[in-house]
Amino acid sequence: MTIFRQAKWNEPIVYEISRDSKEGVLLDEEFRDYALRFLSKLPKHIIRDSLNIPSLSEVEVVRHFTRLSQMSYGVDLGPVPLGSCTMKYNPKICEELASDRRIVEAHPYLDEEDVQGLLEILYTLQKWLAEIVGMDVCSLQTPAGAAGELAGALMIKKYHRDLGEGHRDEMIVPDSAHGSNPASAAMAGFKVVRIPTDPRGNTDIEALRAALSKRTAGVMLTNPNTLGLFEEYIVDIAREVHGIGGLLYYDGANLNGILGYARPGDMGFDVAHLNLHKTFAAPHGGGGPGAGAICAKGALADYLPVPLVEYDGRKYYFKYDVPRTIGRISWFYGNIIPAIKSFLYIATLGPLVKEVAEVANLNTNYMLKKLSALPGVDLVYGYGRWRKHEFVISFEKLYKETGVGAEDVAKALLDRGFHAPTILFPLIVPEAHMIEVTETESRENIDNLINAYKEIINIAYTNPSEIKRCPQNTSVKRLDTVYGNLPKNIALTYRSLKGKTA
Amino acid sequence: MPHPWIPNSYIKNELMKEVGISSILELFNDVPRELLLVKNLNIGFGRPLTEYQLVRVFDNLMKKNAYSYKVPPFLGGGVCFHYVPAVVKHVASRSEFYTAYTPYQPEITQGITRALFEYQSLMADLYAVDVVNASVYNGSTAMAEAVRLTVRVTGRKSAVISRSTHPEVIEVVRTWSEPVGISVSTVDYDRDTGRVDLSELEDQVRKLKPAAVAIQTPNFFGIIEQDLKEVSQVVHENGSLLIVYEDPIFTGILEAPGKLGADIVVGDTSSIGSGLNFGGPSAGILGIRDPEEKLLRQLPGRLIGYTKTVDGEDSGYIMVLQTREQHIRRERATSNITTNSTLEAIKAAVYLTLLGSTGLKKLGESIAGRTAFLVERLKSVGLEPAFKEGVYLREVLFRHPNVSDLRNFLKRHGVYIGPLVDRFYPELSNCGLVCVTEVHSKEDIETLAELVRKFSEVMAS
Repeated sequence: MTIFRQAKWNEPIVYEISRDSKEGVLLDEEFRDYALRFLSKLPKHIIRDSLNIPSLSEVEVVRHFTRLSQMSYGVDLGPVPLGSCTMKYNPKICEELASDRRIVEAHPYLDEEDVQGLLEILYTLQKWLAEIVGMDVCSLQTPAGAAGELAGALMIKKYHRDLGEGHRDEMIVPDSAHGSNPASAAMAGFKVVRIPTDPRGNTDIEALRAALSKRTAGVMLTNPNTLGLFEEYIVDIAREVHGIGGLLYYDGANLNGILGYARPGDMGFDVAHLNLHKTFAAPHGGGGPGAGAICAKGALADYLPVPLVEYDGRKYYFKYDVPRTIGRISWFYGNIIPAIKSFLYIATLGPLVKEVAEVANLNTNYMLKKLSALPGVDLVYGYGRWRKHEFVISFEKLYKETGVGAEDVAKALLDRGFHAPTILFPLIVPEAHMIEVTETESRENIDNLINAYKEIINIAYTNPSEIKRCPQNTSVKRLDTVYGNLPKNIALTYRSLKGKTA
Repeated sequence: MPHPWIPNSYIKNELMKEVGISSILELFNDVPRELLLVKNLNIGFGRPLTEYQLVRVFDNLMKKNAYSYKVPPFLGGGVCFHYVPAVVKHVASRSEFYTAYTPYQPEITQGITRALFEYQSLMADLYAVDVVNASVYNGSTAMAEAVRLTVRVTGRKSAVISRSTHPEVIEVVRTWSEPVGISVSTVDYDRDTGRVDLSELEDQVRKLKPAAVAIQTPNFFGIIEQDLKEVSQVVHENGSLLIVYEDPIFTGILEAPGKLGADIVVGDTSSIGSGLNFGGPSAGILGIRDPEEKLLRQLPGRLIGYTKTVDGEDSGYIMVLQTREQHIRRERATSNITTNSTLEAIKAAVYLTLLGSTGLKKLGESIAGRTAFLVERLKSVGLEPAFKEGVYLREVLFRHPNVSDLRNFLKRHGVYIGPLVDRFYPELSNCGLVCVTEVHSKEDIETLAELVRKFSEVMAS
């Protein structure tokens, strides 16, 4: 086994390093007289008299957070094969250029004429994304994928209302969908109707047909779906959904698998969101910020959130008069920095985006072939089919035979210097590992990951307790998810934690 | 054609052989033939760019931006030009942070869960509330989530918002609320003080019994709302919940909203480490004062909590109460939020730690002092604040008969003010905002005043 040891600093919580006399930053007190006069104009009870946050010197702040960073793990350290998260390498040139002062210091209320370069980037990105998904228009207003889903669901709702069909209150979502799909539909006021998956890994078209009715507002699909499988009957689904007056929503989380090869717009989708921090290489930031885009075609384009960036042949400008817009999903114009990183990414690759899908899929199927041959591993859906950007294996057999389940295997991967894949999802696959290595892992890295799986499974059959004790090499051993969730233990702040441990 | 960002693009044939295919198209054999793209997408510049070519393309685009700050911009409108310390940028550039995913495997991402726990703790102290979540997208969506939270908790279906809350925030609340039957109404501001009209607020709350009353302080005009206690009383007497939006930069000098009766606090990190970024990203702050634990289970977004290791010998931090969230609860989740603004939250934690209690107070005072100085100087050159009896902090809404010309005149000299507010408030047709922060020196403010004086001279002649 390759040795991996994550840093383990005995680093106290920042409140415990604090000392009143310290300052981490020098501030001028040039206007202190004015400040005192200012404060004297306010009623006393609205002036703060005590504040108790930690005070550290600059070097202590840097050390504290650098130490914490060493107890974290990202793509720059090794593979993060989280399925449906598309954790690809974030090119450094995109990071460098997007931190240009001319961008980060641009105020959102500068006049359009003064930010033509920025607007040209956003306009061009809207165009490129529309071309990639085969839609008419994209809006960059949505700060993340789920915000795009909410926007899309609201657009579908308003569309039906405008047609006098406000009674359409059902959104159909397959059981393999990301949780955000049903959550977004519910936020927009829809009832969610769940559709099962057939043994080939497609949305069960018979069940879908049976669920379609005059109450159907739309169907939300991810394609390729969360099993990494292309929906083989997508053309029929689109025809039937449209046939009863419904609309088709595309969740772009898995676009990486068909980039340049097939387009949601051509498949019959009416509205689609994209995750720029997945497919287009903006970093995930430990959980965000990301950036989304919401794209639409035909009549639905009139419902997009505003503003859009437009070009009249002379100048770029914000367009607010979108006839039936749902309004603003967020303030200003979206998450500009990640959007610019994605612009730079697409600008670099251009027509090579096809290469992204090809290699992502090759890597997936190569790894699937090797892993599915291992003992204790099973495929539940779609035997004999090619996967796209990701695949799902089940450790149910391993669990039954050794007591080592998907979570244990995941923790053992951490011990070998890898991040674990998405586990226990999709919910329809027992003891699931949902694996997406993306196009940015080399064969050597993939082989190392495969070998780690091999080794873990071998140990599971010979000495399962060793795996159940994992992880040992991370900065902390296995954490108790029950303890921290018990009402009497819930501690969400240092103040509360101190109260509980005092 | 292979590309260095795609290592295996150089060994496709080798992998195809391993997989057992002779053409890459076989991998797409389940895609209906009529859907397979035959053309190349019309994206990028028709060919891949070298890194240096990309730099040139980017630089040429940036040169098309005409703005050039001679002095730090006085632009306001909810977000202002604040300094982002080098330490903040440095920590955020640690790629163990920025290339990580959500801490679904907390044992290997303790750095992130710890930093977020510290963010939650710091924010809860700033706002004097019990719980702050691990961030939402930004201040506007934090407000929209807050309103929906009050609807779930109270079972009521309306919200009342002060009209002097950031107009784009109000728009976002409407987008997120009205389609699902939550009605949103506004309460006007007092024409003399610029503060929320208390009697109108009282009338509306009595009549509507809303789920929430939301108010921003300092408000969009830069006016400090001085009656939060009174507002809180009315709100609570009528069984509603009070949401207060306050920029965290002011919490060093203004009493914490949690101490003045706010049930829910909302803010944005643009001022404390995120920067302007042409409007985004930043992190949305969303917290609750929840002594009876009525709100916690309905709170959207991730929460980081303390826990022990399974062997009981050590401790760490994990995502807790996930049964509120979409990946577990699906259509019954409190929100659809998945990706949030973790890195911006970490930056905020670094920023606050760097300043500390004293620093944050000094910073607040330095902004307050500059605001007072700015008002004095602007008055001396004939620019009157729009609300004579209001107290301004950081932003000042002023009135001028030729406000648009004045703004353009200043811009030609590299001095930026605005926005003009008539597009949001038609009745304030001659009014514009000026924002002053810790970055502005006495000379910068004098430069602004001098140019205003010059403009008046030009106009008079």
